[in-house]
Parts: sequence; C-alpha cells; structure tokens
Amino acid sequence: MQFGNGTVALSGVDLTVRPGEFVTVVGPSGCGKSTLLRIASGLETASAGTAEVSTSRIGYVFQDATLLPWRDVESNVELLAELNGQSKKERAEKAAAAIKLVGLSGFEKHLPKQLSGGMRMRTSLARSLTLDPELFLFDEPFGALDEITRERLNDELLRLFAEQQFGGLFITHSVSEAVYLSTRVVVMSGRPGRIVDVFEVPFEMPRDPDIRYTGEFAELVGKVSHALREGHS
Amino acid sequence: MSTLAKEIPTTGSPTLAVRGTGRGPRGVAVLLGPPIAFLALVVVLWYIVSALLGKLSFLLPAPHRIFTEAFFDPKVAGDIGNALVQTVLVTLAGLVLAIVIGVVWAIAMSQAKAIERTLYPYAVILQCIPILALVPLIGFWFGQEFFARMIVSVLIALFPMVSNTLFGLQGVDKSQRELFKLQGASRWTILTKLQLPAAMPTIFAGMRISAGLALVGAIVGDFFFRRGTPGIGSLISNYTARLQGPELFAAILSAAFLGVAIFVVFGWLSKAAVGKWYESAS
Repeated sequence: MQFGNGTVALSGVDLTVRPGEFVTVVGPSGCGKSTLLRIASGLETASAGTAEVSTSRIGYVFQDATLLPWRDVESNVELLAELNGQSKKERAEKAAAAIKLVGLSGFEKHLPKQLSGGMRMRTSLARSLTLDPELFLFDEPFGALDEITRERLNDELLRLFAEQQFGGLFITHSVSEAVYLSTRVVVMSGRPGRIVDVFEVPFEMPRDPDIRYTGEFAELVGKVSHALREGHS
Repeated sequence: MSTLAKEIPTTGSPTLAVRGTGRGPRGVAVLLGPPIAFLALVVVLWYIVSALLGKLSFLLPAPHRIFTEAFFDPKVAGDIGNALVQTVLVTLAGLVLAIVIGVVWAIAMSQAKAIERTLYPYAVILQCIPILALVPLIGFWFGQEFFARMIVSVLIALFPMVSNTLFGLQGVDKSQRELFKLQGASRWTILTKLQLPAAMPTIFAGMRISAGLALVGAIVGDFFFRRGTPGIGSLISNYTARLQGPELFAAILSAAFLGVAIFVVFGWLSKAAVGKWYESAS
C-alpha cells in the first residue's frame, strides 16, 4: 500500500491519516487514545504492531502549552527550530510568520505568565507550526480552556488546516469539538482500547462556525455520542 | 435617566469601595509600628536588667554603652571592621565553593539513577553528621588559617545546594522534556536549555540558605582556629574571655547585621535573576 506524505498507519488499532485529512479520536479516559498519539510521535514504541510515519516533520501539541516560562513568546516559538540547529535569521523569520498565523503579533516580547490560557495555547501552536509539519498530532490541547476560547481556537485551527493542508490526528473528550474539526471521527472504547466506530464528517472545508447549530451537525454529534455510550457499556 | 438621577441622592459613603492596601504613610506606619514598639520594649527591659545587675553589668551593658565604649571607639571599631571583612571573605569563598560543588554534584546525580543512588546517601550523611565534630580534624589537616575556615564553611553550606539543585533539575515537567526529546535533543541540550534554567529558582533559594550557613561556618571556624587573620568569631571569643561586655555586644550585633545583609542581598539577587518569570521568587 502506498502512503502519501504525512501518513500514519497503526496496525492493530488500524488507523490511517493522509495529508488533508483531519482525524479525531474520541473515547473515555484511559482508553489509550493518548498512547496512540505517543506511539505515532515516537515517544513510545508499540509492543505489538507497527506505526509507520512517512515524514519527520511532525508537530506535537501537548495537553498544556508546555512553554518555557523564562522565554518570551518569540523565543518560545523559535525553540524547536533552535533545537534543530537552524540559523538565527532562519528561525526568526519562521517564528515571525507562525506568530502572525496564530494572531499573536504584538505579543512577541510577552512572557508566558503575562498571557491568558488561550494565548499560551496559540503560542504552543505557533511553535509547532515553525516545523512546517506534514503531520500534526494534538493531545487534547484545548481541554483546559473555557468554552469561548475553545471554540475560537477550533475556528483558528480549521483555518490553519485549510491553509496548510497537513494531516491531523486530534485527541479529545468533546464530541462536538471532534465533529466540528475533523473529516473523520474515530470512536474508541476503554480497556482494551479498540475502535468501536468510524464516522466520515460530510461538511465541507472551510467550515462556517454556524454549522454547529444545524440539524445535521446535531444529528452527527448524537450518533457519535451514541457510539461512545455503546462502546462504554 | 436625568429625572432618576435627581431622585437618588449621590452623597454619602459608597456601598462598595475597593481600596488597595498601598503603602501610603499610614501603610508604612502599620507595617513598621509593631516591630519598632517591640524593640522599644526590649530596650527598656534591657536598661532595667542592666541597672539591676549593678557591678555585674558587664554581663549585659546598657545599650548606649555598646556605642559609646565600642562602636565609637576607633580601635574597637577598626578591629570589628577588619574582622568583618575577613569573615565576609571566608563566607564568600566557602559559599562559592559550595555552590560549584553542589551544582556539579546534583547535575551528576540528575544524569543517571545509578549515580544518584551511589552519591545521594553521602549528601544525606553529610547533612546528618554534626560538622562541629569534624572541625578540629579540619584544623589538624588544613592548618588553622583561611583555608581551614573556608573548608568548614563549605561543609556546612553544601547540602542545601545539592538538594535544591537536584530538586530543581528533576522537577522539570514531563511534557517539556518530551518536547525536547521529540526534536532529538541531546542530554547536554536538555540540561542547558531546559533543566538548568528551570532549576534556577530552587538553586537561588538554596543559595540563600547556603549563604547564611556559610557565614555560620566562617564564625565556627574562628572559634576553633586561633591562627590567621581574626574574623568576627575570633573577636567574639576574645571579648568574652576578657569580660569586655560592650565590645562583645558590638561584635555580636555586627555579626547579626552581616547575616541579615547576606539574606537580603541573596533575596535581591534571586529576584533580579528569576523574578521576571518566576512568580514567587521573593
């Protein structure tokens, strides 16, 4: 089988992400969704089965922003490029572009403690964007944010996705977030973690924030929630 | 709107008023008043006891005599000044060595569990043995001068540097570490760009404790070692031997002020170094 760039396949759980696809995994706590992500990123190796990742440009967004508190926004965003040994000029350019992309222009010299939770998460996103990722892994990144901030960041993430066309693998607890963001929703059940159901999301990209209030959207959210409950019991 | 406004009297005290507890003249008075009043009480009691002692008043000379007979006496003031300089030198030398050894020791332990298991028990033992029991031996080995005093200072000041640095290095957030690992960062990069910066607040907190302990070590060294330039501890022990009450109290007060000064300086240093990003660096 031919994998395109930015493709991750997990045999065993059997999950494939192609460029231009945004796959969301929903499931109860402890069902191994985060482990899936950690295996895909190489932080952990699977004890059985394989993970094939055809790119080294992987963005990983953690549950919390994981900013270095002694660095300002700009130098936090530059960090990954710095670790990869890129020149000062190169990483400054990348950082400036990424900061602009997430709408944090003007906050370059702010320290993390001066930022709101949402702005910290934006900084974290910008940091990953400097890698120009072909595969973007998200480990419940917006779980700790309030509803308003979360929805706004969802919109921005969709905009980024439309512009950058990376392959996305997104872990979340929130069914409506999953349906809103993704092209495909994978429902997992707990212990042992297995895939219960997969839903293709028919809404076109870029999405209008208002689709969240349509009947079709609600219907799909209902189906996914139902599958979650089925898998749980 | 306007008719309504007319009907409501707007004078009188507000229902809700939020006032900052800023440091107006009143704020300062509230802050400094009680301790100063307490000091006044102590001084009054001191005078009373001193007067009651009569001929034995060298045991507790009246407060003003500490100034008239000691601090204002050029000879005594000169001796105390020189001794303070000497003590500060021993303290700083001991502290710098303790910082270097402590940080290196902690870094070594943070690099491998095996090293930690091998070396940490000795850090704890170092903390448990009464250093005073070792002081004569140190004099025996290293002479009775500056170097021996410095060693005592190092031994007393070392443990907080080791434990605080290790705590800071190991306290790095797991996901921050993984962030570095995902980029294939080397141990050295993780140490210099992540662990050491993250440990700075606890390292500085350790330094503040160690600085005070280094001073204790310098003074203890003075008590045991009779050779070399006298430090403030040497003066204290001489004045005691010669029943020079006012001079003794002057020397003790000087040592006390030195301790407070060191505490304040290191608090300030910590704030200057990490206060910008670390919330509770005071």
